Order: sequence, then C-alpha cells, then structure tokens
Amino acid sequence: MDLCPSVKNILLLDSEGKRIAVKYYSDDWPTNSAKEAFEKAVFTKTQKTNARTEEIAMFESNIVVYKFVQDLHFYVTGGEDENEVFLATVLQGFFDAVDILLRGNVDKKEALENLDLILLCIDGIVDGGIVLEGDANSIASKVASHSIDSGAPFSEQTISQALATAREHLTRSLLK
Amino acid sequence: MAQPLVKKDDDRDDEVDYSPFLGIEKGAVLQEARVFNDPQLDTRRCSQVITKLLYLLNQGETLTKVEATEVFFAVTKLFQSKDIGLRRMVYLMIKELSPSADEVIIVTSSLMKDMNSRTDMYRANAIRVLCRITDGTLLTQIERYLKQAIVDKSPVVASAALVSGIHLLQTNPEIVKRWSNEVQEAVQSRAALVQFHALALLHQIRQNDRLAVNKLVTSLTKGSIRSPLAQCLLIRYTSQVIRESGVNPQTGDRPFYDYLEGCLRHKAEMVIYEAAKAITELSNVTARELTPAITVLQLFLSSSKPVLRFAAVRTLNKVAMTHPMAVTNCNIDMESLISDQNRSIATLAITTLLKTGNESSVDRLMKQITNFMSDIADEFKIVVVEAIRSLCLKFPLKYRSLMNFLSNILREEGGFEYKKAIVDSIVILIRDIPDAKESGLLHLCEFIEDCEFTYLSTQILHFLGNEGPKTSDPSKYIRYIYNRVILENATVRASAVSTLAKFGALVDPLKPRIFVLLRRCLFDNDDEVRDRATLYLNTLGDGSVTETDKAVKEFLFGSLDIPLTNLETSLKNYLRDPAEEPFDLYSVPKEVKSQSFAEKKAPSKKPTGLSAQPAAPTSAPDAYERLLSSIPEFASFGKLFKSSAPVELTEAETEYAVNVVKHIFDRHVVFQYNCTNTIPEQCLENVTVIVDASEAEEFAEVGTKPLKSLPYDTPAQTFVAFEKPEGVPAVGKFSNVLRFTVKEVDPSTGEAEDDGVEDEYQLEDFEVVAADYILKLGVSNFKNAWENMDPASERVDEYGLGPRESLAEAVNAVIILLGMHPCEGTEVVPSNSRSHTCLLSGVYIGNVKVLVRLSFGIDGTKEVAMKLAVRSEDESVSEAIHEIVASG
Repeated sequence: MDLCPSVKNILLLDSEGKRIAVKYYSDDWPTNSAKEAFEKAVFTKTQKTNARTEEIAMFESNIVVYKFVQDLHFYVTGGEDENEVFLATVLQGFFDAVDILLRGNVDKKEALENLDLILLCIDGIVDGGIVLEGDANSIASKVASHSIDSGAPFSEQTISQALATAREHLTRSLLK
Repeated sequence: MAQPLVKKDDDRDDEVDYSPFLGIEKGAVLQEARVFNDPQLDTRRCSQVITKLLYLLNQGETLTKVEATEVFFAVTKLFQSKDIGLRRMVYLMIKELSPSADEVIIVTSSLMKDMNSRTDMYRANAIRVLCRITDGTLLTQIERYLKQAIVDKSPVVASAALVSGIHLLQTNPEIVKRWSNEVQEAVQSRAALVQFHALALLHQIRQNDRLAVNKLVTSLTKGSIRSPLAQCLLIRYTSQVIRESGVNPQTGDRPFYDYLEGCLRHKAEMVIYEAAKAITELSNVTARELTPAITVLQLFLSSSKPVLRFAAVRTLNKVAMTHPMAVTNCNIDMESLISDQNRSIATLAITTLLKTGNESSVDRLMKQITNFMSDIADEFKIVVVEAIRSLCLKFPLKYRSLMNFLSNILREEGGFEYKKAIVDSIVILIRDIPDAKESGLLHLCEFIEDCEFTYLSTQILHFLGNEGPKTSDPSKYIRYIYNRVILENATVRASAVSTLAKFGALVDPLKPRIFVLLRRCLFDNDDEVRDRATLYLNTLGDGSVTETDKAVKEFLFGSLDIPLTNLETSLKNYLRDPAEEPFDLYSVPKEVKSQSFAEKKAPSKKPTGLSAQPAAPTSAPDAYERLLSSIPEFASFGKLFKSSAPVELTEAETEYAVNVVKHIFDRHVVFQYNCTNTIPEQCLENVTVIVDASEAEEFAEVGTKPLKSLPYDTPAQTFVAFEKPEGVPAVGKFSNVLRFTVKEVDPSTGEAEDDGVEDEYQLEDFEVVAADYILKLGVSNFKNAWENMDPASERVDEYGLGPRESLAEAVNAVIILLGMHPCEGTEVVPSNSRSHTCLLSGVYIGNVKVLVRLSFGIDGTKEVAMKLAVRSEDESVSEAIHEIVASG
C-alpha cells in the first residue's frame, strides 16, 4: 500500500465503548482480543472529551480522529505519518452518510435497527484500507438503492412481502 | 413478518439497554439461516438473518469450519433473488466468510454473471468480491473483464476494478502489470476518485522503475490532476523523487520544489497540508524553502477545526527540532494553544515553544506548564520533560528554575517511563552543567528515599557513587545511601554497598566510617550483598589483601570497554561449545554493530515502502569472522581487527558486479571480493582477482583463494591476502583485474558448455586508508573517559580546512576521514551555527584507545578552521591521528 493514503480501521461504538460495527484493514491487531483492547483504550482515552465536531488524538503511534453524537462514537484510525486532514475527511464522510441513512436520527437504537445499512455504508467507504468513496451523498445513495432490480419480474414480490413492508412502514410512523 | 428482527414489545421503555440483538445466539441464528433454502424466498427475512450473522461476526464470534461452509452454501442460493439490497448483503457475507478455493468455484459463475450485468452496483461489487476471494488461476479467466472494467464509463465500476487491482498486485503482480495501458487511460478520467485509484495503481506497478516514476511525476505535476486525494498522492511521489535525485549542485535548485509550493495554494486543505508537510520533510531544507510552508501552517494554528490545529502544531513541532528559528514567527499563535481544549494540541504547543523559546520567556513558560502538568497523560509528560531537558542545556543559566521543576514533578505520582525520563534528564543536567551538580544529586537522593522502582534506584546509586565523592561535602550523601541498605530489597542493597565502597575509595576521611557500615552489611541475609561487602572491605584495605590505590580505582570505576551485545554472543558461543581453557574476555570483538547507530541517526524517518533500504547483513563482523576463520589459509592470521564496509569496484548494472571488503589483521590484510554474475547465458569458472600493489609498497601478496565457479545471480567470494608490517597502519592503492574462464550456458537446460574462453575484466582501484585501522567504539561518558586519559598523551594542533559548503559537511568529512565513532550525538551540527565541537572515540590498531575532541569554526567566506585535540593510551598514536588529518 506504500505511499497511498490509507485507513487502519473504522469503529462505531456506543456510549459504553461496546461495538456497534467495526472494520479493521490493518494487521496491527491480529486477534479479536487485540482489537477489543484497542477499542477499549481508545474509548477510555477519548470518552471525556466533548467531540461534537471532529476531534483528534495520537494513540500508540496511530492517529485517531473521532466524533460523538448522542450515544454513538465514530472513530477513524490511521498511521502516525498519515495526513490528518485526510482521516478527518473519511470520518466526515462516514458520519454524514450515517446521518443520511438514519434520516437524522443518529443514535444507538436507530443504528442497531438499521445495522445492515451501517455495514453496507462502511463497506462502501473503504476497501482494504483504500478510500472508495468520500462523499456522504454518494455513499448513502449507493447503500439506499434498496429497490428491486429493474430486470426482475414484479411477481417475485409476494403478497405477504408487500404486506410486511406496508405494516412496517405503519409501525414506524406510529412510533415516531 | 413471521419472526421480526426487531422485537417491538410494549415493555420496551423499561428496557434500559434496548437492542434488537438482545439475547441473540449463534445456534439459533444458524437455524434461522435455513430460510435461505426456501423455494419461495422471503428477501426481507433473508436480509435480516444475514444482518444477524454479520452482527455476530462483528462482535467477535467465530464460525467453525463446518458452520462456515454450511452458511456459505446456503448464501449462494440467494443469488436467485433479484433484490439489490439482499444481493449486497450476500456480497458482504461472502467477503466476511472468505471461502476456501474449492468453495469459491460455486459462486464464480454467479459473480461473473453479475460482473457483466447492466446494473453498475452489481458490476462494481461483484468485481470487489471476486477479486477478494479469487486465486491466481481464476484471475486469468476474469482478467479480460477486469481490464474492461478499469475503463468503464461508470466511476463506481472503474474504482472497484482499480482498487481490486491494488490489492491483487500484492499476490499476482505479473497479471496486474499487464493492465498498465488501461490504468494509464483511467488516470485521465474525469471522475476524481477513479483518477486517485488509477494513479495509486499505476505508481505501484512502476514503483521499481525509477525512470518511469520520474517521468510519471514530471508529466503529472504539469497539472492534469483534479482530485485532492490524487493530488496528495502525487505530492508523496514527488517528494520521493526529490529525495532520490537531490539538489542540483550548480543552481542549488531543487527539482519540483515549485510544484510543491504551488500546492500550498490549492483549495483543498488536505492538499495544502500534505504539501506543507512534504516541504518541511525535505532533506537539508533551507530557510527560504521553508517559509511559505510555515506561513500556511501558521494559518492552520488558528483554525476552528481541532484536526487542522493538531496537524499544524505537530508538523511545526518536528520542524522546531531542526530549524527552531523558522518556527519562532508562530510563537504568538502557539502560546494561545497552550490552553487548547484538546490536550494533545496543548502539549505539542508547549514542547514546540520550549524548543523555540528564548531565555527571557523560560520563566513564564514554566509557570504555564506547571498548571497544566497534572491534566495530561504520562506519555505527554515525557515529551514535556524531554523538551525541558533540551531547553536547560540550551540555557544553562536557567538551570535553577528548570531543576526545581523537574524535582517537583519527580515527587508527584507517575509511571516508570515517566519517572525514568525525569531521572535521565536530571542526570544529564548534572553531567553537563557543573553548577547544577550538588542540588541535582540531592534531589535524586530524596527521590530514592521513596522510590518504588528498583531499576531507577540502582541507576541513581551507581551515578551517585561516581559523582558524589567529587562534591564539596561527600559525607552528606552517606545517610541516603545507607538507608537503602536498611530499607530496600536485595538488588538495591547490593548496589548501595557498591556505592558506599566508591565513597570509601575516593574520600580518605570517610574511609573508617565506610568500613563500619560495610561490616554491618556482612550480616545481610542476601548472598550478593554479603559477597560485595566482603569483596570491597578487602580491596579497600580493611583485610589482609591490600591493593594499590590505582588498582582499587580501576576496579571500582573502570568501565567494561566491550559492547555488551558482543559479550553476550561470545559467551553464548562459548557455552554452546565449551572448551578446556577459560573464557577470554579479550577475544570478544569490540566493533560496535553498525546497524544500531545507523538507526539512531534517523529515528523519525521510518522507511516507508519504496524508500526502505534492504536491511544490512545481520551482524556483519560476526559473519566475516566466521567466514575467514573457516578458510584454512587465513586461519593463522589471528584475530580479525576490523572489516571495512563494502567498496564497489564496478558501476551499477554492469555484466559483473564486484565489491571489496577490507579485513585488517595485525600483520595481514585480506581483501574479500564479492562477485555477482548478472548474465544468465554465462557461467564463470576459476575466478581470481589479479591485484597490482605497486602503489602500496609496504604490502606483499601472500596468497589467493580463487573461486571455482560463479553461476548466474549467485554471489560468491574470492580472496587475496597481503602481509604488512605488524601494527603499522600501512596505506596504499591497489588496482584490480578480474580474471576468469567464461563458459556459455544454454538458458533452456541451464547446462554449461564444456570448453570456455579465458577473459579479463577491469575493476576500479581502491585504497587502504588510515581509517581502516581505527575501530569505531563508543564510550558512554566522553568527559569521564577524557579526564581518565593521561593528559601527557594529548596532542593539539590547528588546521585550516579551506572553504567548505557548510560546517556540517566539514564535520562529516573529518569523521569519515578518521573512521571513528561520534559520541553523544555531536556529529549533528545545528544549522546556522558558526562553531561546533565534535567528540570522537575509537580503538587504534594494537588495541590502543583513542579519544578525539574537534572544535570547528566557520567564517563569513565559508573558510573552516579546526582545532584537533587527541588523547590516547599511547602518545605515538596521538601523533598518528594528527598525521592522518594532516595528510588527508
């Protein structure tokens, strides 16, 4: 990967430091326990800060940029020689895309209920450490294109499925 | 919703930690995964089950091999559905499962179908999945599609193919390299990210071809790059090219500097910062080149974004180490950052200020730091302590307030690394600032009264033993030391005993009282403590054995002049192969491993990817010694004194590559010629080097060891040995010709033809110089070593070195000429300084220790003058060093 600007991991943790969704692109943390230790350390170190906007810290010769909203903690990590502004851009893209996908309700409950979207979102931002897409709108639109393939016959959507969709929309609007 | 993913129960409000995955279990989810096999797929449900599986994997749950295979096969069924959302989850799941080669075949056709779909999302993601799970053989099948995808109209597809190419280059470089035409076309793409990905891949394909990279940079810096990310990439490639090409010696211009400076005016902050960082990291950057970069960084310091402030202050902090003057303009902005919300920024600001501050601002800064020390983490405290140490060395007059600060923080809570940094700093201050000695020692004494770290206690006791007796009132330290004997663990007690003995040896009036204390230690319950007490009582003259005063001091204060790592390897070798005779301390090689100080010189420059030099051969001296002693002809030459670094005797990329290593023995010199044959169609036999020593009168050839056969690309050695007068640093010039029999080799069979032709190949000349007779050997404390050397052996003279490019260049030239080890970092010349003192140490042939103190001065016309003072164990050696300089 040599000189290419790259990301070592993307973390989305809750307000207790537990995982919502994480993705690692570097071999620096080979085991799950190493990953958890890193998350815990980063969380403890940053939790006291008030990171409404992007904040930054050095950690074990890594640079971590982070941003907290409600009970969600967003982190992006890069190597110590990485361009800090680049990492902040990735974080910004990640956060804004999640904001769009969760329709502005950025909290833990909403994130867990739409975990599929979050996972697809992370997958769309970075591939193996290299940034695939940085613009939040493009990321979100790719994830949200949840329609039936135009080539698929309409009959494939069964009545029960259609009903299920309708019922879910109803409950959602009632709960709001 | 047969089994909803989200349990929307009524009692949800009582549930504090509500989660849709509450109570989720792997077994149950795997059961649920059976819905994948339903003939009539419920796409929503399938999506939910995949999400649950991904959730489990994300939480660190693992699937057994069997479970993974089962899930994988079930998931492949889902390719029937045309739901885009479900398909994307399927892609994600397959990547997460990373199936084995025989499983991959199952999905290959489905993925290949998707790769040719009309839907961009399918094409892009199918490429990413397939490239992630594929192996080399499959890759050749899909190569055609990938090449197409690289130039696809859709940026998503092109990016997917290019990024996959970057990953595949690691495993299948030969295939990816065939795509360079398409990649080159993609560099011109209008889509910003495609351009970025294409540039990254193109550079990686060509990274080993310096000329091609140079061309790439030359054409692109003229401006066709739009994407900020690609621009950053180009800046990195450009600074790499700059690093490799160096400054134009005629005009003093740096190639591509204008491009970097132009990037400072880019509209994206990412690019501006990348360019500023690149400029500050240029080697030997001048003040003029730095100024524009510092100006933009200064603007960032007052940005509202913490990330920008952090980036700027971190970069300026690094610049302050080498060019403190360039950063002083930012001091006002920096001072406002001391109270920054973000502690990392505040710490970096403080340390930068400490590096650039002047004498008058020290007191004010110290006040600000004191308020802030308790708020920051240990690792930052260490940074602050180190900054204060260098500040104190810069302004020795301010030692009082700085020493007070250090002793105050020493008393506060802190971890080992932090305390060690403080103690190290105090020790260095005591050593370098004589006025600070007494107060510093007392601070250390108070610290060991209540120190939980054995390592630090012993270090301080050792230091106290060396410095305490030389103070005006040594007796006041005894109480602190003897308290250790009463209160501490065995390790600390033992070193306290040694410290007491040192006081006894140096301070005669204290001797009787020391004896009383040492005798009490004879009843200690630890062996080591008792043994030391007995030993010291006897050596100091309390018992029957009386040593001379000098011997006692040598015994107590003399340092081991052998690098410990060498001693360790020698001892291990001895134990592995125990001989009858006892271990001989003098058989341990004294050469300092060159690798360790090469690393020290460039601590911040981590070799990144391309610029990484192949690691030096592991512990070359050891390897050489083993190699030479295995050759019977040379076994009688005795102990190897020194081996030089290899000297190239051929241009790079010629038919035969040859370099020579000079091995110096007491009465002999052996030249080791390392030869490499770079022609596949040839095999060389009976390779020798004919050496003409007519310009090296004192040398007489005594033997050669020819090389039987030198096949293609397998380095091998031939040797030539010379005799020379014993212990004399004979010098001379040697010209060389490589002589060999060349045989044609059939490239298909690899067999050589029977008869060959004799041929010769002219090699370049080389010299044996005086530096070859001096071993690099560091001393831990130059001042002590210098004072312990007989002043009568000192020889001082002054030399004019003529006009030089810079002071640093002159210092470096003398170091290379003498081939000695620079001590205490004095080889680094601060830029813009008009004078410099450099300390060197080494061992001259015949095992004679030599210390050199060089004082340089430079005047306005760049004329450099040098004062050379040499002390050594042998006066004639001091004179020899002067001769080297006079003739060099």
